[in-house]
Amino acid sequence: MPPFPERLADPHERFVAGFSAPLLDPDRATPTSVAARGGGPADRRYAVYRNNVTTSLADALAGIFPAVRRLVGEEFFSGMAIAFARAHPPRSRLLFEYGEDFPAYIASFEPARDLPYLADVARIERAWLDAYHAADAEPLAAQALAMIPPDDLAASVFRPHPALRILRSRFAAFSIFAANREEGSPPAPIRGDVPEETILTRPGLSVTTRVLPPGAATFLLTLVAGEPLETAIGAGFIDTAEFDPAAAIALMLETGAFTAIDGHGTPPQQVTGIAT
Amino acid sequence: MSTKIAISAAYLAGVVATALTAGAITTGAAQAQEKERCYGISLAGKNDCAAGPGTTCAGTSKVDYQGNAWTYVAKGTCTTVSLPDNRVGSLEPQQRDLPS
Repeated sequence: MPPFPERLADPHERFVAGFSAPLLDPDRATPTSVAARGGGPADRRYAVYRNNVTTSLADALAGIFPAVRRLVGEEFFSGMAIAFARAHPPRSRLLFEYGEDFPAYIASFEPARDLPYLADVARIERAWLDAYHAADAEPLAAQALAMIPPDDLAASVFRPHPALRILRSRFAAFSIFAANREEGSPPAPIRGDVPEETILTRPGLSVTTRVLPPGAATFLLTLVAGEPLETAIGAGFIDTAEFDPAAAIALMLETGAFTAIDGHGTPPQQVTGIAT
Repeated sequence: MSTKIAISAAYLAGVVATALTAGAITTGAAQAQEKERCYGISLAGKNDCAAGPGTTCAGTSKVDYQGNAWTYVAKGTCTTVSLPDNRVGSLEPQQRDLPS
């Protein structure tokens, strides 16, 4: 939105910019370019547009972040969503991409400060929709891993699936997310201060979410960074002695976290830059 | 304590073999059930009708949504989440500075 719509040359663009600028800003007056019947002020009519824009953005956030909404309740969510919408209008024309900044906004939203896990739950929900809309790709078949010669396993590099998302939280963000994602009976008590790491994948058409066992997030993120299998397993053990590499590899196959194996038989630094 | 982990090819082969034993069946199962698109987020066509009741209330009042929003109490399921200092998630009504 240009800061000085009146300076735009094209009359239509000038009208659109002048009309849209105050939509999300209640401090700004109704544009003088619109008038009621008879030429009077159009405050009430313009308010309809203000309402529709504001509530459609808040509704979009409610659709993208249902667990956050359920956690805080409809009224609180609505207040927070509208405050966010006014501070962060959409950058994309695609409404399903809205709310990228919402988790960070929640983290700094004073009334939500007693719910320190809320922003991480929101991050999982945003990642869920990103995974949903990510490009389709065939997950890595177990057979492909089975065919790698044993001597080449150490240098194997794995190509991440476009939908793969891994999120760490100091809180039980996955458990809280999973218990509140769907409407239903009230969730059982959850201890919030247990760190959890979440993996989101979309091996077929539906998004899968899981909590990761100890060390698995470090292992997977090391692979995502393009490091070879040997380095990733070492990183998992450096993270925690509880790391179980076989379980982590099984999980990565089950969830469809990767699509292909590169680098076996070639130095990994030559293949890590390959675009997928 | 060393931060370097030595991993032999034989160990790695064993790890992968174990993983494949554990993973092979469930991988196939997971792929097989990916046949239909599950519940998604439909945002298309959302547009509150201008003619309906209450259409001018939600977005227009600075007082409603910038002032009083700060005093909203979370009334959702956050009460089921406990935190270490005996806080339960629910927010009590608090006196906070309201934006003028």
